[in-house]
Amino acid sequence: MNQLANFTKGFIKENPVFVLLLGMCPTLGVTTSAINGLGMGLATTFVLVMSNLVVSLVKNLIPDKVRIPSFIVIIASFVTIVELVMQAYLPALYEQLGLFIPLIVVNCIVLGRAEAFASKNSLLSSIIDGLGMGLGFAFALTILGGVREMLGSGAIFGFKFLQGDGMLVFVLAPGAFIALGYLIALINRLKKTA
Amino acid sequence: MAKTESSFKNMVITLFVVTVVAALALGGVYTMTKEPIAIAKRKKVENAIRYVVPGFDTIRKEFKVAGDDGKDSLTVFETYKTGEKAGTAIKTYSPDGFGGMVWIMVGFAPDGTILNTAVLDHKETPGLGDKMDIKKSDFSIQFKGKNPKNFKLTVKKDGGDVDAITAATISSRAFCDAVRRAYKEFEKEEK
Amino acid sequence: MSLFTISGSPHVHSDTTTKKLMYSVIYAMIPAMLVSVYFFGMGAVRVILISVIASMLFEYLIQKYLIKGPATISDGSAIITGVLLAFNVPSNLPSVILVIGAFVAIAIGKMSFGGLGKNIFNPALVGRVFLLISFPVQMTSWPVPKPLFAKSLTDAITGPTPLGALKEELKKGDTVQQIMDNGVKFIENGKEVVYHIPSYMDSLLGDMGGSLGEISAIAILIGAVYMLLKKVITWEIPTAYIGTVIVFTGILWLVDPAHFVNPLFHLLTGGLLLGAFFMATDMVTSPMSSKGQLVFGLGAGILTVLIRVFGAYPEGVSFAILIMNAFVPLIDLGFKPKRFGEVVKK
Repeated sequence: MNQLANFTKGFIKENPVFVLLLGMCPTLGVTTSAINGLGMGLATTFVLVMSNLVVSLVKNLIPDKVRIPSFIVIIASFVTIVELVMQAYLPALYEQLGLFIPLIVVNCIVLGRAEAFASKNSLLSSIIDGLGMGLGFAFALTILGGVREMLGSGAIFGFKFLQGDGMLVFVLAPGAFIALGYLIALINRLKKTA
Repeated sequence: MAKTESSFKNMVITLFVVTVVAALALGGVYTMTKEPIAIAKRKKVENAIRYVVPGFDTIRKEFKVAGDDGKDSLTVFETYKTGEKAGTAIKTYSPDGFGGMVWIMVGFAPDGTILNTAVLDHKETPGLGDKMDIKKSDFSIQFKGKNPKNFKLTVKKDGGDVDAITAATISSRAFCDAVRRAYKEFEKEEK
Repeated sequence: MSLFTISGSPHVHSDTTTKKLMYSVIYAMIPAMLVSVYFFGMGAVRVILISVIASMLFEYLIQKYLIKGPATISDGSAIITGVLLAFNVPSNLPSVILVIGAFVAIAIGKMSFGGLGKNIFNPALVGRVFLLISFPVQMTSWPVPKPLFAKSLTDAITGPTPLGALKEELKKGDTVQQIMDNGVKFIENGKEVVYHIPSYMDSLLGDMGGSLGEISAIAILIGAVYMLLKKVITWEIPTAYIGTVIVFTGILWLVDPAHFVNPLFHLLTGGLLLGAFFMATDMVTSPMSSKGQLVFGLGAGILTVLIRVFGAYPEGVSFAILIMNAFVPLIDLGFKPKRFGEVVKK
């Protein structure tokens, strides 16, 4: 496969959030602001690239019947590393995302890519796939966080453009569902015309 | 390279190797980050203390006491500046927030005047109760420089001197309750 | 070209049309509208007008440019949504917020699902709850009613609703009797004002703080009788709903009258009557069979009391009806209406 297409598919065509609808828990949970979405997306990207890399390297060494437990252990290790490093060097971001970092382990995107892609493809393709998918996830989370932040707090990336409060429902859980639903509708519409 | 066969021996060996490698990697990262994490946590507490008691250089005494209602405990930090007492920071709580526990840090000057307050943790409603946080509204400024001896720490509705947050009386009451609890503890320490 | 046009149910032939039904509901809302204008003056007129115009405009635009279907604007359902939304907000609500509410009600609550007959939730309540969560400060500052030709007794401009006042004071630890006797103190512009819980007569007529449409029990009942006579609504949902609330609060009251208020208070204050007659009975979002409707009313009643008495909000009618709306497909599955011509199994 063309490596460029392999990289870009994660953004729109096979976007993990808007098209594959994977990893809904962090998607709905952390996207109260654009920066939170971006932070979560980048943390997931790191885990995704690293786990794809390792899984692709060891794919032939691991017997089929124990591949899922092995993949989970690999992914969980990287997640824990991200958590510890973030706690040590980015305490402010950790405070915002802390609860959701361990949940990257159960994020279906990571295991899904390891199982569906990295365990069947070459090292380079797997890394690029992980990077593309991860950045696509980060892109989706940043947009969703941005929309919610704009409507909910009248700000974008923490920069306030509106006096007072916005529509608070968008900062709360129901707003996440409403915003995500309409974003998916919009993406489908765009894909149809394009 | 041929794919490893799913024989019992191979599976056991693979899982063993994977877990050992993972354990070693995590152990390594843990030792490396242990100190920075401890420093980051400590720094957060110290920043909060510095915010409510400006200009101290050492914390001489630090201890926990049970709250008067026994629901949790307060932490008292006595701070000094060049040997003189700069103030007392008390990490206090109220169980009566709209969304549960409210944690705040209150700084008292040696004469009992409130130097400043900082909200540490809460689960109040966004847009209403969360206005107790200085980042969201000016509610907490009214406590600055007041001495609880002649400033009644209850909302005006209950006959006190505190202007409640609009439409968030319960959160305002919880904030007052927490400050009151801290002041009680402060008075006990002074005696 | 298709030979068959599929329209929303009911498919049975009669001279009842969607349009006729809708306009009967509108006529039934007139008494409550007049009462709200009497007590809240121009504020009420403004809220109703803006809400209705905005709702119709959004329905027209979305139908024309997004759905590209036939114009449905004349069937009157957007007017009902607009009036009901206005009935569920305080009369001093800023116009911008009201327009947002109308947009949410029509665009999210109704047109997203495909228009009238396909929506799962009552559109006006979707708009109302959206506003309540989004703008809690503006949505919960209630103007004190000032009758058009009478002198107002208090200087206060805004005050709590009876349910809101009660809930807050109960949380502080007072007993129901104390609150009824002493009233509730609150601060406005630095002055202390005492709010007295309205008498039953006041709440019957509508002289109390609250949303536009919920204040007068009598006006709502007049509209309800009209709708029942016109067969726009059936007796099952309101009876089951109100009955459940009375029984449930009655039990609580008998067990501990110091901390639970009596059923009559629950009945006359807040939006229970408005919700039970005008919103829970919405045909699109309520079950089809009469047994199903009884279950629907029962569920809404239990939820309303749970939210009012034990929940975070003082009023639970909107939430209760919306939650039960979500259960309607399930209820319909369990209590299927008989098919036309079907033989009842012995």
